[in-house]
Amino acid sequence: MSVPVSGTEPAFGVYVHIPFCASRCDYCDFATWTDRGHLTAEYVDACARDLGRRALSPASSVFFGGGTPSLLDAAALTRILDAIPRAADAEVTVECNPDSVDLAKLRAYRAAGVNRVSLGVQSMRTHVLAALGRTHDPDNVARAVDRARAAGIERLNLDLIYGTPGERVADWEATLDAALALAPGHVSAYALTVEPGTPLGRAVAAGRRPGPDDDDQALKYELADDRFAAAGLDWYEISNWARPGDECRHNLLYWEGGDYAAIGCAAHGHTGGRRWWNVRTPERYVAAVRAGTSTEAGSETLDAAARGAETMVLALRTARGIKLPGPAADPDPMVACIDELVDVGLLAPDGERAVLTRRGRLLGNEVAARLLVALEGRVLPAGTR
Amino acid sequence: MPGLDRFRNFSIVAHVDHGKSTLADRILELTGAVDPRDMRAQYLDSMDLERERGITIKAQNVRLQWADHVLHLIDTPGHVDFGYEVSRSLAACEGALLLVDASQGIEAQTLANCYLALEHDLTIVAALNKIDLPAAEPDRVAGEIEHVLGIPADEILRISAKTGEGVPALLDALVAGIPPPKGDADAPLQALIFDSIYDAYRGVVSSVRVFNGTLGSGGRLRYVQAKANHDAEEVGVRLPLPTPVGALGPGEVGYLIAGIKDVGQARVGETVTTAAHPGEALPGYRDPKPMVFCGLYPVDGDEYAELREALEKLRLNDSSFTYEPETSGALGFGFRCGFLGLLHMEIVRERLEREYDLSLVATAPNVEYQLELVDGRVEIVDNPSSMPTPNEIASIEEPYVNVTVLTPTEYIGPIMELCQQRRGEMSRMEYLSEERVELVYVLPLAEIVMDFFDQLKSRTRGYASLDYEPAGYRASNLSKVDVLLNNVPVDAFSTIVHRDKAYDYGRRMTEKLRELIPRQLFDVPIQAAVGGRIIARETVKAKRKDVIAKCYGGDISRKRKLLDRQKEGKKRMKQIGRVEVPQEAFVAALRLDD
Repeated sequence: MSVPVSGTEPAFGVYVHIPFCASRCDYCDFATWTDRGHLTAEYVDACARDLGRRALSPASSVFFGGGTPSLLDAAALTRILDAIPRAADAEVTVECNPDSVDLAKLRAYRAAGVNRVSLGVQSMRTHVLAALGRTHDPDNVARAVDRARAAGIERLNLDLIYGTPGERVADWEATLDAALALAPGHVSAYALTVEPGTPLGRAVAAGRRPGPDDDDQALKYELADDRFAAAGLDWYEISNWARPGDECRHNLLYWEGGDYAAIGCAAHGHTGGRRWWNVRTPERYVAAVRAGTSTEAGSETLDAAARGAETMVLALRTARGIKLPGPAADPDPMVACIDELVDVGLLAPDGERAVLTRRGRLLGNEVAARLLVALEGRVLPAGTR
Repeated sequence: MPGLDRFRNFSIVAHVDHGKSTLADRILELTGAVDPRDMRAQYLDSMDLERERGITIKAQNVRLQWADHVLHLIDTPGHVDFGYEVSRSLAACEGALLLVDASQGIEAQTLANCYLALEHDLTIVAALNKIDLPAAEPDRVAGEIEHVLGIPADEILRISAKTGEGVPALLDALVAGIPPPKGDADAPLQALIFDSIYDAYRGVVSSVRVFNGTLGSGGRLRYVQAKANHDAEEVGVRLPLPTPVGALGPGEVGYLIAGIKDVGQARVGETVTTAAHPGEALPGYRDPKPMVFCGLYPVDGDEYAELREALEKLRLNDSSFTYEPETSGALGFGFRCGFLGLLHMEIVRERLEREYDLSLVATAPNVEYQLELVDGRVEIVDNPSSMPTPNEIASIEEPYVNVTVLTPTEYIGPIMELCQQRRGEMSRMEYLSEERVELVYVLPLAEIVMDFFDQLKSRTRGYASLDYEPAGYRASNLSKVDVLLNNVPVDAFSTIVHRDKAYDYGRRMTEKLRELIPRQLFDVPIQAAVGGRIIARETVKAKRKDVIAKCYGGDISRKRKLLDRQKEGKKRMKQIGRVEVPQEAFVAALRLDD
């Protein structure tokens, strides 16, 4: 169901978590299961019923993440999507595994309202994919892209991972070349992160496998940034690049502190400073919906200071950057901190705002931590805040 | 009150683990001093630390009845750092019981204390303990004792403090062998303080031995060396429970409470007399002189005030350590402390951490240097970071010690090697028996305070024992090594070493710091320097990446928490010039063991 809304409505997103996977990747610490496919029908039913009872505002973006949402057949996906009130021009993204999409399914997705597909490519080199515990054939990526386009889904994102131990610089360059040859409007490139509790995390902790190397990842980030820019894809968030106008609206919602609803197990939502998350397992999510109780496992409500700090560190990741600070008692540690970050080449002033330089993007945590310390040390003039 | 000829005052001279405390327990039982229901192991060791380490830190004393004699047993501190305290305990006695483990033989410190007892003209009664052990070799050990001390082997008693075998005969031998004290009850009072402890309720409680005159409660007393008068509030004897008596006469040992709030006013060796008829000071008093120094800092800078308070309180109980505030760029606010020796340092530190619940960082221990400057001035330096620059110094002298090591012969090689590495010069080597040898070296004290004990123990599998005594100052070819972080000296790592070892220290420290210091936004050179000359260099390469790649399905909370942790970590960083270093890195770098 699609509701026309005026363009001045505030952005509002819906995130739907599909926790099922055919196999588990070694690095993944998301809430996913490979042995619960039999729950799919009741899970889809629970998502639709959960949506039905929430009476959400029309969404400007919908994002099916996972897990592997493309494991859902067209009817299941349609059932959920139909339960989400959407603005006429809503962006609807489904994360797809290159192995689990065929033309018929993609056509049906398109018919249901899907207009953006995000493909989990990670690497175009088989030995790198094997090191990540992934099974797909790189050739399937080009096929999936062709099929999505044939199905009428023009907006495409390719998800890439760099810095996998064993990935040579040449491997990464090959991946970049192959990905760009498919002319995506959007790419996400993520540094491989070792999370405790994952097969990779355990292997690294036990010394059985090397961990990623920061310097190697920094070099590969710079390589990627150069190639993407040359291909007309501008960075708009630390790990995201897009042709102008093709930025992921749902993604931006996260960084701009917007509101979004969480549907499905382990999904996170945000409403005006209150952040909340659902129960972690699909069984408990289904049970909560059936019982008519809340699906929330926890929540936190930020005070003004915490929200201000959060807004800053989220905006810092984007190409818009942070707003320069307003008046404060002299000396203002924020002014000193920003001046120093500009001096050492991590921030660049841009009118009323300041934006991370490329080196600053690679050291985003360092910059954020310094800004947070400075923000905390500020004495605001009476009457503000 | 029995006559003077019924008194016997003695100390037990023994090495750690040779059974002194067990023997004391047996004697307390045999003489009926402690009811069997109240008995506990190591009765006289009152501090937890003493029981755990098996050493006596504070001298205790107890009055016992054996047949028709009164025995005063004075328990001596059992460690190398407390040689002076031992000498004062011995000065309070007419005799000493030499107790040696029949399975191990005499140890270096025991021998040193025995010589000390002989210097004080004490009669020595020797006994071999642990004869019940299968490994006991009483004949060999008795032969050793005869060889080194000239005590005929057939006069050496054989006992088992554990089973009680031979202990009554030992008490009889003490009564028979040790002369009774002499003294003049009508002469002006002369009483020797051989220990003082601080009691939260009573103030300072001193252990005293009266030589002449009478120490009565209620009198106005003169503390000769402290130059102060106090009223005797209570005089008593320990049975072992403190029991007030009206007065202590010549030859008697007991305790004295005089409303004193600080043990520094009633130091070991102090002579107590009466204000009205002062007697002369007894010989042998010495002000405590710290030999080993280090900086003590709270790991958490917020605990500085607690540390100061703990030091103040501890000093009420131990006047032999010194402290004064110092500031370190690396470690923040702390104290430069002086100790009698390395064990004393460890004990003070452990008591601070344990009894006052503090977490401390100690800088590497160092000794006190005497400098002659080019302008002719003389300067004493107990902190490497306050050492003048090399071009201002004409010469540096450092303290030396005479080190005695007793060891099974098979370890002679490793010990000689160790002593040579530590700039030692052998002055003597003597075989005590076919299996045991005494090695005497002159060594710089600075070489001992590092990790000499540990090295000696590990190279001899714990069989060698050690004693040392000051042997004056000697000129040495010493260098101050500075460690610079991004060209800024880090005071906590400055050290003074022999010139030949400067390079080694510099290399080790720079390598260690390279591993411990997190990468910064720029390359950080870590250098070791002598004067202006760089002798070692490492670099911490600038960090290139420190960023969270993605946010997980809108999970902003997780990201914010991670950044909050990073922010809190940043706030705890110590700033050395432009370099941020977590305090843990300094703490880890100061660990000596690796």
